[in-house]
Amino acid sequence: MSEQYAIECRGITKIFGGKVTANDHVDLQLKFGEILALLGENGSGKTTLMNMLSGIYRPDGGTIFVRGEEVFINSPVDAMNLGIGMIHQHFKLVNVFSAMDNIAIGTKGRRLSTAKMREKIREISSRFGLEVDPDKKIYDMSVSEKQTVEILKVLYRGSDILILDEPTAVLTPQETEKLFAILKKMRDEGKAIIIITHKLNEVMEISDRVSVLRKGKSVASVNTAETDELKLTELMVGHSVDLSIRRPETDKKDGVLKVSGLSVTGAEGMKMLKDVSFEVKGGEILGVAGVAGSGQKELCEAITGLIPFEQGSVKLEDTELKGKSPFEILNLGVSISFVPEDRLGMGLVSSMGITDNMLLRTYYKTPGLFIDRKPAKEMADKLIDRLQILTPGTETPVRLLSGGNVQKVLLGREIESAPRVLITAYAVRGLDINSSYAIYDLLNEQKEKGVAVLNIGEDLDVLLALCDRILVLCHGEVTGIVDAKNTTKEQLGLLMTGIKQEKEAAHV
Amino acid sequence: MNFWVNFIVAAVVAGTPLLFGTLGEIMNERVGHLNLGVEGMMSLGAIAGFMVGYKTDNFALAMIAAFLSGAAGALVYAVVTVTFMANHTVAGLTLTIFGIGLTNVIGFHYLGMSESGTLKLPEQITQQMRSIHIEGLSDIPVIGDLLFQYNPFVYLGIVFAILLALFYNRTKAGLNVIAIGENPAAADAAGVHVTAWKYVNIVIGGGICGIGGAFTIMITNGGVWISDCVGGLGWIAVALVIFATWKPMNAIWGAFVFGAMRILKYYVNKEIIHIPDAFYDMLPFLVTAIILVVVSVRQVKDKAQPAACGTNYFREDR
Amino acid sequence: MSDHTTHKEPLLRVSKRRELTKRQAFGVKMISLLLALIAGGIFLAVLGFNPFVIYGTIVSGAFRSKLAVQGTVKLMIPLLISALGVTLAYKMQFWNIGAEGQIIMGAVFASYFALFHSNWPRPVLLIVMLLAAMIGGGIWGLIPAFFKNKWNTNETLFTLMLNYIALHIISFLRDGPWRDPANPGFAKIATFEENATLPKLFGVHIGWLIALILFVLVYIYLKYTKQGYEISVIGGSKATANYAGMHVKKIIIRTIFLSGAICGIAGFSNAAGSDLTLATGVAGGVGFTAIIVAWLADLEPLGILVVSFLFAVLDKGSSVIQSAYGLSTDCSDVLEGIILFFVIAGGFFVRYRFVPRKRKEEKGGENA
Repeated sequence: MSEQYAIECRGITKIFGGKVTANDHVDLQLKFGEILALLGENGSGKTTLMNMLSGIYRPDGGTIFVRGEEVFINSPVDAMNLGIGMIHQHFKLVNVFSAMDNIAIGTKGRRLSTAKMREKIREISSRFGLEVDPDKKIYDMSVSEKQTVEILKVLYRGSDILILDEPTAVLTPQETEKLFAILKKMRDEGKAIIIITHKLNEVMEISDRVSVLRKGKSVASVNTAETDELKLTELMVGHSVDLSIRRPETDKKDGVLKVSGLSVTGAEGMKMLKDVSFEVKGGEILGVAGVAGSGQKELCEAITGLIPFEQGSVKLEDTELKGKSPFEILNLGVSISFVPEDRLGMGLVSSMGITDNMLLRTYYKTPGLFIDRKPAKEMADKLIDRLQILTPGTETPVRLLSGGNVQKVLLGREIESAPRVLITAYAVRGLDINSSYAIYDLLNEQKEKGVAVLNIGEDLDVLLALCDRILVLCHGEVTGIVDAKNTTKEQLGLLMTGIKQEKEAAHV
Repeated sequence: MNFWVNFIVAAVVAGTPLLFGTLGEIMNERVGHLNLGVEGMMSLGAIAGFMVGYKTDNFALAMIAAFLSGAAGALVYAVVTVTFMANHTVAGLTLTIFGIGLTNVIGFHYLGMSESGTLKLPEQITQQMRSIHIEGLSDIPVIGDLLFQYNPFVYLGIVFAILLALFYNRTKAGLNVIAIGENPAAADAAGVHVTAWKYVNIVIGGGICGIGGAFTIMITNGGVWISDCVGGLGWIAVALVIFATWKPMNAIWGAFVFGAMRILKYYVNKEIIHIPDAFYDMLPFLVTAIILVVVSVRQVKDKAQPAACGTNYFREDR
Repeated sequence: MSDHTTHKEPLLRVSKRRELTKRQAFGVKMISLLLALIAGGIFLAVLGFNPFVIYGTIVSGAFRSKLAVQGTVKLMIPLLISALGVTLAYKMQFWNIGAEGQIIMGAVFASYFALFHSNWPRPVLLIVMLLAAMIGGGIWGLIPAFFKNKWNTNETLFTLMLNYIALHIISFLRDGPWRDPANPGFAKIATFEENATLPKLFGVHIGWLIALILFVLVYIYLKYTKQGYEISVIGGSKATANYAGMHVKKIIIRTIFLSGAICGIAGFSNAAGSDLTLATGVAGGVGFTAIIVAWLADLEPLGILVVSFLFAVLDKGSSVIQSAYGLSTDCSDVLEGIILFFVIAGGFFVRYRFVPRKRKEEKGGENA
């Protein structure tokens, strides 16, 4: 060990459930006083790798060195003792506790008085420019405040190796800027920082070095100064930036799905959607872009009748859907198909086989008391054959299938009902490249059939390549609807951060 | 005046086994385990406390036995639910059936061997578990009766409750434990030994339930063994946890209020108020059912069941 | 900073495994059962009994004579019926532990007709009693289901309270309005007239026939009807059910009513078939044991048939042991408890496994 690394991973391997290889002999080095960006697509194994450094998962192979010594990180306590702190993407906070108590959980020593604790927190906060009210309860906090608490938790423990898992996914641009300033300050103090992201501009802005993972394998480590976004993309995706997703030309039919003035209030009284208006034409794919939690979920659920809305209207070929239950909407005759984000928790029944999952949307349509499984079985066989679904059989519980196959089952069923409108939410999340392309093809196939497709996405490159137009949501508001063919990622990025479109560009 | 003093004293005594059961269950639910085995753990404590008292004639040893036996029952539950991640409801129910069954098997076994046809605690231990008398203090009228002349269990229960409250409110470990019940993943990521603390709390909670069980034979039944001696108190204790909003100090007065309900029928003038006895027996359960509904109607975040209660935690679950 | 504990792997750690197939899972269950019997045997040995003799006596005791077999069947009836009842609720993830109360209320409603309309023609009276029992048990299930739907009131604790409320309703009736005047010393409810009791077929009251019919009906209901399908979907995920356009609340109400109604039938059968009166012990813990039966059988009707039979054998055999060896009948509860502990713990191995520490000796030298 010639050079003393903060962390060095050699040949780390992790296999989930004996079948999914999330990390395959991954190597990684991190120095003190640097910010390392860990770059990779969804499902490339970034989070898995970091979870092994923070003691959440145990590696199935390979060795980890911290400060040059081989270590076994069996639990978060071990990680903490080694000075490693992780800020998880899904915050690990106790909702009913104050910021202060959340910071105190699991720390060594006696419980401090609130006054002392407040003082200590203030000290750390001012050193790094963090802002948080120590007495505020987590359930009263905004996302960025929660993140600040998470960072404070790590700093309070005196960690000098910090791991941040997609910290900017939930932040506004201003908040991101602030976070980056804080991270740079920490680096200058000599801390070692890993930031997981798949946003290239952020990588360029914040990092000193970049390590790229692809399909669970380490591909390359480069100095940020010696690379650019294009090269990084190539490393990340493995082939040229041209995603080569088809965008077939079709005849557009007006007025298939028309949403106007839609407003939705969430469970906590927050406005989740504000005056949203748009149209999806038959034979077009309308993409929806936005930072996570901008109202995408509410939009899908309002259209499909799963949540009520107080203002506005949703029209499906002249039929008003407002006030209708999901059951009534299903029975209109013109069908809306919906592939929800939570495939196993909402779109399918995870404990049932493909056959019984086929029945979900149609079982009540046959007369009589009894259920008719014969057509469902035939449909299951047909889908398995047509979409090349890998499964031991039609009765194997779908939770045992891989993510790509689960999505094929779900999307296949939804397409099977010959819908007029198809809504898909994060259709390729967690899927490998091949499965993703299979899904894109299915969406295009529907588009060519004249279906109006509303596609909620997160990868801007994909949205730009696949969709005809893209609607951008920010904090529940539409900040623009653009033509995908002559829009750049940067333009989309600006809209996502709430900078509204100029009037001229608005008409498409 | 005298009537009220008698009534309150009786309510406190009747509420004491409930206090133990409630504290034990609070310790379980605070680490996220809805343990429906309270009745079973109390039964186990009852028979162990009784048998050891019967054989050794020593109150302290009997108490230790009751604690250990309740704790042993809880340990089985903990192994099954914490390590083997089984369903809490079913595991708890099984513990209750198992605990009552085992208690009766042992009880009848020794009953069969006794010559008199009854099992009764010997003289010395009966003296030790009798109400205390502190010269001077206990003789103060009213106050002495209300505060200084209970059996040792009453004071033990209150001390337990206060200690538990201090633990939750004043110590780091207590904070960690509450965090486990609310969000085990958060506690784990913060470096709390989730599994170890779950075991500790469930097992000690079971031990406290066991002492409450011993009370039912030693005090309520005057030291004579009967089958099914706990008689549903464990279930009331589960309900009382809700009444106490998972706070040990609330458990004290909650237990005494429920104790009052249990003995109400003996203190109401039946000449004036014609309500059948069955109604009084039903009262604690009826009140709890109503409280359950009221609690669910007005959802207060800080007064709800620990958020992770009833779910198992596996670190690698995403 | 790093301390020495971090240099070791734990001796055993838990890891998710590729899920076992149904057949393998069944194998795990059988191994668990075997281990449970061994553990139970150790328990018996500690008490000073020869476990082989006791186990042998339990089995032979349950079948030693025609009378014994009839007794076993009689014990099986309420267990089978109420296990089928609770299964409907549990399939929906409705944590109903109120079978005890539903059995009681079924018995109470049926008893009203038995006590006050015993002059009706026997078939009419019995059918009315059956229906009344279903309504009684059903209502007792509806109450928590209503509150669950409306305010998400915790059904586990609510149904628990209703058990005791139901129990004290019987004692109220016994002490007051329904007290048998012919029995001045000791408060009890009058014995039913023969007209209001279940006739016997092959030596056992026809509750067994009702139980078997219910078994077939529940089996078909869960497996082949739309309503059964809806129950499974809701049990899988309420969000999915909503998404599929199901009226989730309505289905919950309907299913819990049915679940309670079936348990109510068990109460009717116990009162009119076994006790021939309404007693506070009409449910006698069957409602709780039924949950264990249903759980052991993985909520599958066929499994419930088998497990309730085995439990009945255990119960009947235990009563023989009591007379032969003086070991309390509660012994069956202990054995049932042990079995369930082992089986639910064994369920762990369907999804997880323990991974032992890898040997590190040869590698250790490198670092030292």
